[in-house]
Amino acid sequence: MRIHYAIIALAAGLSLAAAYFLWRPEGRAVSVDDAIRESWTRAAPDWQVRLVQDETQKVCSTYRNAPPKPIADAVLARERAMIQYPADGKLMGDWRKGERLAQSGYGGRFTDYPPRQENGGNCYACHQLDKTELSFGTLGPSLLDYGKNRRYADAEIRAVYERIYNPHAAIPCANMPRMGASKFLTIEQIKDLVAYVMAPDSPVNR
Amino acid sequence: MRRALGTVAVALTLIGSTPLPAQDDATEREVERYRQMLKGDPWSNPGLLDADRGEALWKERRGPKNASLEQCDLGKGPGKVEGAFAELPRYFRDADRVMDLETRLVWCLERLQGFARADIIKRPYSKANQAGSELEALATYVANKSNGLKFAPQLEHPKAREALAVGEALFFRRQGPMDFSCSTCHAESGKRIRLQGLPFLGKPEAARKVIGEWPAYRVSQGTVMTMQHRIADCYWQMRLPLIDYGSPVTVALTMFLVNQAKGGDISAPQIKR
Repeated sequence: MRIHYAIIALAAGLSLAAAYFLWRPEGRAVSVDDAIRESWTRAAPDWQVRLVQDETQKVCSTYRNAPPKPIADAVLARERAMIQYPADGKLMGDWRKGERLAQSGYGGRFTDYPPRQENGGNCYACHQLDKTELSFGTLGPSLLDYGKNRRYADAEIRAVYERIYNPHAAIPCANMPRMGASKFLTIEQIKDLVAYVMAPDSPVNR
Repeated sequence: MRRALGTVAVALTLIGSTPLPAQDDATEREVERYRQMLKGDPWSNPGLLDADRGEALWKERRGPKNASLEQCDLGKGPGKVEGAFAELPRYFRDADRVMDLETRLVWCLERLQGFARADIIKRPYSKANQAGSELEALATYVANKSNGLKFAPQLEHPKAREALAVGEALFFRRQGPMDFSCSTCHAESGKRIRLQGLPFLGKPEAARKVIGEWPAYRVSQGTVMTMQHRIADCYWQMRLPLIDYGSPVTVALTMFLVNQAKGGDISAPQIKR
């Protein structure tokens, strides 16, 4: 009888251990990493690096974009430190160039290499901007009259530059890409986009 | 282009006399009307040509071993096609891993017919206005044989449950130069990219509506597209490299999506824009 209990206890212990092994969070992470490693076997090394997460991508994935306060604060600080500003201090460029960039979804896909044109900001994929452009996405907020509604204030211009350069510096685990921090767009291109959103004569504000 | 789109949108708006942002709904309604017409006359669905071709390929003796696929075990026993898709992906003991429909088809093409894996997956996705690839035709045939059934994910085996957990984590995994995850686009209702509506795949009610529509015939491409291709295209859009055909990631994500769609009707091949 005693032996039976021992066997039952042992079996229970083993199944608990097995369950823990299968469901522990680290075990799952290892499995995800294994799956990633085994799924892009033909990609060149300079493309493999795109699968490796940085710290912000890691925590935003783990917390499904809702990190607890201390981690959110760490994201804010780390991402803010990445923002680089134009050497001449001017945050607004040419809104006409910005408009083209906002329309263009070119760049970064493996079919976009070797590059045939400059990368676009693809703003219209997610945002409404110019009221005459009806083909706009809704993943991000509408930016219609964005500058006008903020009286074209300098602080707001700076905030827009920072939002485009690195949105996580304002909203930790934001959905929007870090266009400047990832070097997807250049500082000059970001200035043109800032002008498109914030210039009084831009169609976004007319 | 922009002006043309605008004109179309305005025209649609005038016809539908709906407020501006709703013109997308008008397009969606037209596609839905097309779908309903196809339901009324199912034989007019061009995707069924691929299903027919797939059936012929299934029965034909082919490959170095000059064998048909009629002994292929899709999970319900050798040669049993009816209802197999409703229970895929699943764990297969002979392969000791979880496989989705396409991965299992590759397995059978290799084992039963003797084709080399590299040749099978060389061109798995058809280009616009081409007939579906052999794999696409076979997948469409098998999926079509589960029409009217509901997804019933098979999660008894630990590896099947592991695939589900990995798939769920992958759905939320942010990566690449744009920091995208699947959930960037598919984690809310009623969102769209440009004018393209996006299903909220994190929500079972929404997943049940769309997952059973694949493989789907895409009107804009004039060809069928399987879930492997659909997911590969998402990763392309996420600026990641080309994912391997039948990779652990695509299979795990499919397991997650099918589990989200558990109990949802299968109506493949459905019509997509």
